[in-house]
Amino acid sequence: MIRTPSLLRRPFFSSSSSPPPPSSSCILPPPSLLRPHLISTPISLRCSAADSRSPPNREMATADNQQDPRLAGIASAIRVIPDFPKAGIMFQDITTLLLDVKAFRDTIDLFVDRYKDKGISVVAGIEARGFIFGPPIALAIGAKFVPLRKPKKLPGEVISEEYSLEYGTDKIEMHVGAVQAGERALIVDDLIATGGTLNAAIRLLERVGVEVHECACLMELPELKGRDRLGDKPLFVLVQSSVDAHDYH
Amino acid sequence: MSAVIDEDPRVNGIKTKIRVVPDFPKPGIMFQDITTLLLDPKAFKDTVDLFVERYKGRNISVVAGIEARGFIFGPPIALAIGAKFVPLRKPKKLPGEVISEEYTLEYGSDCLEMHVGAVDKGECALVVDDLIATGGTLCAAMNLLERAGAEVVECACLIELPELKGRDRLHGKPLYVLVEYL
Repeated sequence: MIRTPSLLRRPFFSSSSSPPPPSSSCILPPPSLLRPHLISTPISLRCSAADSRSPPNREMATADNQQDPRLAGIASAIRVIPDFPKAGIMFQDITTLLLDVKAFRDTIDLFVDRYKDKGISVVAGIEARGFIFGPPIALAIGAKFVPLRKPKKLPGEVISEEYSLEYGTDKIEMHVGAVQAGERALIVDDLIATGGTLNAAIRLLERVGVEVHECACLMELPELKGRDRLGDKPLFVLVQSSVDAHDYH
Repeated sequence: MSAVIDEDPRVNGIKTKIRVVPDFPKPGIMFQDITTLLLDPKAFKDTVDLFVERYKGRNISVVAGIEARGFIFGPPIALAIGAKFVPLRKPKKLPGEVISEEYTLEYGSDCLEMHVGAVDKGECALVVDDLIATGGTLCAAMNLLERAGAEVVECACLIELPELKGRDRLHGKPLYVLVEYL
């Protein structure tokens, strides 16, 4: 059976007037009860152009302040799941974007357009959702892919970087020899929240002499100020989500 | 059913990039490390190309990848053949409503999960992982897809450990691999 692109896209939730199909698992309330600010809001491509001449972490819109037309489809393909993994957290679920062939492809294209021909030889992806977006970008720009993993997953000799959580600490690891001093790297994850994991990834790569060009995420939760934990490293995101959790109770 | 081993000239370059790490995660196991292959852009691209050439134009609308190394190979294949990508995950990682499939390990059991609604009845699916050993995880993956009404066309892995006879646990479904490790 042949499927047209419109049939391939399966919305899990509806931000427009059409109700979700009965067979789908709809986590959110019906559209009439949705408050606009609960939906990931697409904004123009924003990057933190923190070079030595500009103030750190200043955001710039694209030159003509116009939103790339692909962003709306990407933002609407991301599903918000309340109270996961615990009460009060609005979880940004990208698995629904992966079910939308066009939106997934557009996501990769937007990153590839930005990073090709920049001399980037390493794309580092943070386990596990960084493993979904990093490799297609790496393949398209001719860079190697380096998985950054939780402890004890990588089989060879590793270097580790610890980082703090709300309670306690965690660690990410990279294989010794995966990267060489002087290489230029891009770090990829699906989302930046507090920035703790991305900051650990930056430190891990810099410890072995790699230049981190930028961090790239699909989504940012700007209220958590993750950008501020990246030091002087720029952050590029496609979508920001300002979700007001306390209104939901 | 015997596994298809690819004899394409690119396979040898791929094979030489896989690193064997002895005694990981425990003594006696010769771990097949694909991370060294990912460091070689040509070999990584050849790997993906071999799968894409095999599966393009066969009406496959779902590529399911098994956490975590299936997440590395599945998405590039899905993107190239125009299929959606469905992550199959360890318990409690997927945020929405899930279906679960339990499977046995040497000692005890484990579980694989898929989001409800990720696949539709009648869709044709490919299951991707980096390696097939006993076939337990792949079998659980196939069960999840079939319970949701999809038809599993084939299982695709880079590496097979044939002595563990994983291919016999795939309900007669075909298995395609690039490299055998004996």
